[in-house]
Amino acid sequence: MTDIASRGYSNPDVLVSTDWVADNLDTAGIRIVESNEDQLLYPAGHIPGAVQVDWAADLNDQLRRDYLNREGFEALMSRNGITRDTTVIFYGDRNNWWACYAYWVFQLFGHSNAKVMDGGRQKWEQEGRDLVREVPTYDATDYSAPDRNDAPVRAFREDVLAHLEAGGQLVDVRSPQEYSGERLHMPEFPNEGALRGGHIPTAKSIPWARAANPEDGTFKTAAELQDIYLNEQGLAPDGDTIAYCRIGERSSHTWFVLTHLLGFGNVRNYDGSWTEWGNLVNVPIEK
Amino acid sequence: MTHEGIPQPLNELLDEFSFLERGERVDYLIEYADQFVNVPERVATRPYPEERRVKRCESQAYVWAEDHDGGTQKYWFAVENPQGISAKSFCAILDDTVSGASLDEVLRIPGDVVFDIFGKEISMGKGEGLLGILTSVQMFAREAAARPGA
Repeated sequence: MTDIASRGYSNPDVLVSTDWVADNLDTAGIRIVESNEDQLLYPAGHIPGAVQVDWAADLNDQLRRDYLNREGFEALMSRNGITRDTTVIFYGDRNNWWACYAYWVFQLFGHSNAKVMDGGRQKWEQEGRDLVREVPTYDATDYSAPDRNDAPVRAFREDVLAHLEAGGQLVDVRSPQEYSGERLHMPEFPNEGALRGGHIPTAKSIPWARAANPEDGTFKTAAELQDIYLNEQGLAPDGDTIAYCRIGERSSHTWFVLTHLLGFGNVRNYDGSWTEWGNLVNVPIEK
Repeated sequence: MTHEGIPQPLNELLDEFSFLERGERVDYLIEYADQFVNVPERVATRPYPEERRVKRCESQAYVWAEDHDGGTQKYWFAVENPQGISAKSFCAILDDTVSGASLDEVLRIPGDVVFDIFGKEISMGKGEGLLGILTSVQMFAREAAARPGA
């Protein structure tokens, strides 16, 4: 894969390479954070010094369908030795899907001093780099977060309805089968199910993983991404955009791509996504 | 958390898991993943045939069954994705607790065991893949049970 700086991204600083991470394992002011779909991966071996942030146990509110609140975020940062000035480097499995999700949740609290390791776990492993099982401990910090500010990057159902009314751009990042409504969910997963299948009217179908190179998990170049999102699907970088999937995790990956790699001006992630929309009474659906 | 009529070793494992904290459960599962043994060459060689591949499992898992005396089966697995650690763990558990059980017991295993073992918080995608592994094992058991003389 080409050098990150030469790939034409609008904000190349938001990515670091595996080489960079390997060279900065002991650099002060950096915290490496692993976030995975597979909860066994981190304990089975992780980048030396990395801590784990788990999407279900750490980022979600344990009672309401929502994210953690300010106090919860402060406590999470404190126990992982992160200060407001720490540069957080996210990486994880599945083309950094969950790493981007964690990155996005951190933005609800304005922790913009954050980057993603291009290629994630897959590339690090493929390069034969060190993975350790030792879980590091860091001195607790005194982290003072602002109140969670959802509006800039998160859309709720009323926002989606208003956005639809206004003719805004929508991106459905689920599989083509989910988009068409052919597939709802597995019977064993009622919690992630929906009563109706299909997609939000006018949404473009762009499965999230198209933004990544399957061979090493790195992001495609800006030109390749423009081919998909702009030329093929006709999205406009200066138009307001909302991305969604089933519960809002895959779409945070697309949110990251559109916002930071392609420089879209206003992208929000609708984390209610299909599990909310497909269960709402009397909202428009297209098949 | 145990289930009636399923292989006894699996019930024993479920019983044990029900007393474990999340962190302990994770350690246990990793131990199983470390013990995972890939299908031997006498049973299958790469490239593994598509019909043995578990549908909807993104860890590229494959399942085989060998018929043993007494109408039981030994299950073999391959997990081709190096990051497929949950898949390896589950395959090792199935081999340890389900290989050698009666076909009837194998067929009674409910999909819920995936949650009993991995916890309710696993993602839908991960759960689907693991369920797919169990379903593949049960497909072999069902075929064997339907054979004349079985």
